[in-house]
Amino acid sequence: MSTIEGLERLLREHRFFRDMDPKACEVIAGCAANERFNAGDYLMRQGEAADKFYLIRHGAVSQELHVPDREPIIVQTLHEGDILGWSWLVPPYQWTMDSRAMQLTRVLSLDARCLRSKYENDPTLAYELFKRFVPVMADRLEAARLQLIDIYG
Amino acid sequence: MTATSDPMLPIPYRIHKMRRELADTFTVDLVPESGTHSLNYAPGQFNMVYMFGAGEVPISISGDPAEELPLVHTIRAVGPVTRAMQGLKRGDTLGIRGPFGSAWPVVEAEGSDVVIVTGGVGLAPLRPAIYHILAHREKYGDVRIYYGARTPEDILFLKELQEWRGRFDLIVEVTVDSAVGFWAGRVGVVTHLVSRGRYDPVDTVALVCGPEIMMRYTIKALNERGVGNEQIYVSMERNMKCAIGFCGHCQFGPYFVCKDGPVFRFDQIASIFELREL
Repeated sequence: MSTIEGLERLLREHRFFRDMDPKACEVIAGCAANERFNAGDYLMRQGEAADKFYLIRHGAVSQELHVPDREPIIVQTLHEGDILGWSWLVPPYQWTMDSRAMQLTRVLSLDARCLRSKYENDPTLAYELFKRFVPVMADRLEAARLQLIDIYG
Repeated sequence: MTATSDPMLPIPYRIHKMRRELADTFTVDLVPESGTHSLNYAPGQFNMVYMFGAGEVPISISGDPAEELPLVHTIRAVGPVTRAMQGLKRGDTLGIRGPFGSAWPVVEAEGSDVVIVTGGVGLAPLRPAIYHILAHREKYGDVRIYYGARTPEDILFLKELQEWRGRFDLIVEVTVDSAVGFWAGRVGVVTHLVSRGRYDPVDTVALVCGPEIMMRYTIKALNERGVGNEQIYVSMERNMKCAIGFCGHCQFGPYFVCKDGPVFRFDQIASIFELREL
């Protein structure tokens, strides 16, 4: 499943990339790889370069805020079908949270440097990506607001 | 089994058992002092619970409607009366008027998938409906319970949720707003469970109970999935006093929540649900 064709098929099957322009999907598949994380492994650490993002194919990932002298605060968990990471789209391209596999987790990882260099010269690719990421960002913003106001109180 | 002939007259009930559920929430099991009085209630109905010398508050019934006694109420200590009730103990007396109000449509939902969405202490008014559905499980399609709480420590009826989650004929998903340390469950808003759930929106009845802001976003998520307002039932909370539609304290547009509610089919109230001055 590590061939470009195989990765492209996996991308197309994922709801995030469904109905994407075929040429854009082909370009993205060229920046994709399969990865596996064991429970407890970190996929990203706060402050580190945001040089990838992930499509979760199986498993669960917790997004955590590190607080000195305290246990990490889990602010969100992501699951099969979810997208992990959008800081790679926003300068200075650094992760704002830790992300840790809660169980064996299989992902498609996308090389952000590769994609950034490609979409600079390819407006269709840029549009296809941003059109998919903006709703994810809006959804997470709304969720954060609801969590902030304590809707169960 | 008869309710009192005078709906304004509280019947004395003795606390048979009292247990702490959460830091601010407790459950009382009540039996009639007369030994004979009991209530026939439908899931979703409420009683006016009177603490003599402190006041009277509307509290949903949270027990199994198939069991005549004890009468079970789960109460969150948020005001002077309920905080005073928190200090009661086994053998103390409470006055009960009721049952009042409309019920969850557990019979009308037969043959459909059922999606139950609730948050915080909102699980208590839905628990009788869950008991009923589980007792008549073969009459329903897929049944899902989506429950949200502030933190893992705020999950109401945790043991029961775990038991329900262990059943093969029920999907139970729990999410919390945030967690610290070891928490293997979900973190995020309950509306995400509604958006992602694998239920048939065309043939689903949704029962929703929680603070109004939670219900607002839940209804939005259900609508986005294709569940119509006529398939959604909500339990409204207002300042009920007389509980029989006389005093007007709980007026909600053209309705009295005590008499016409607390359970409404959402299309009945959709036009007034978000009015700010109501």
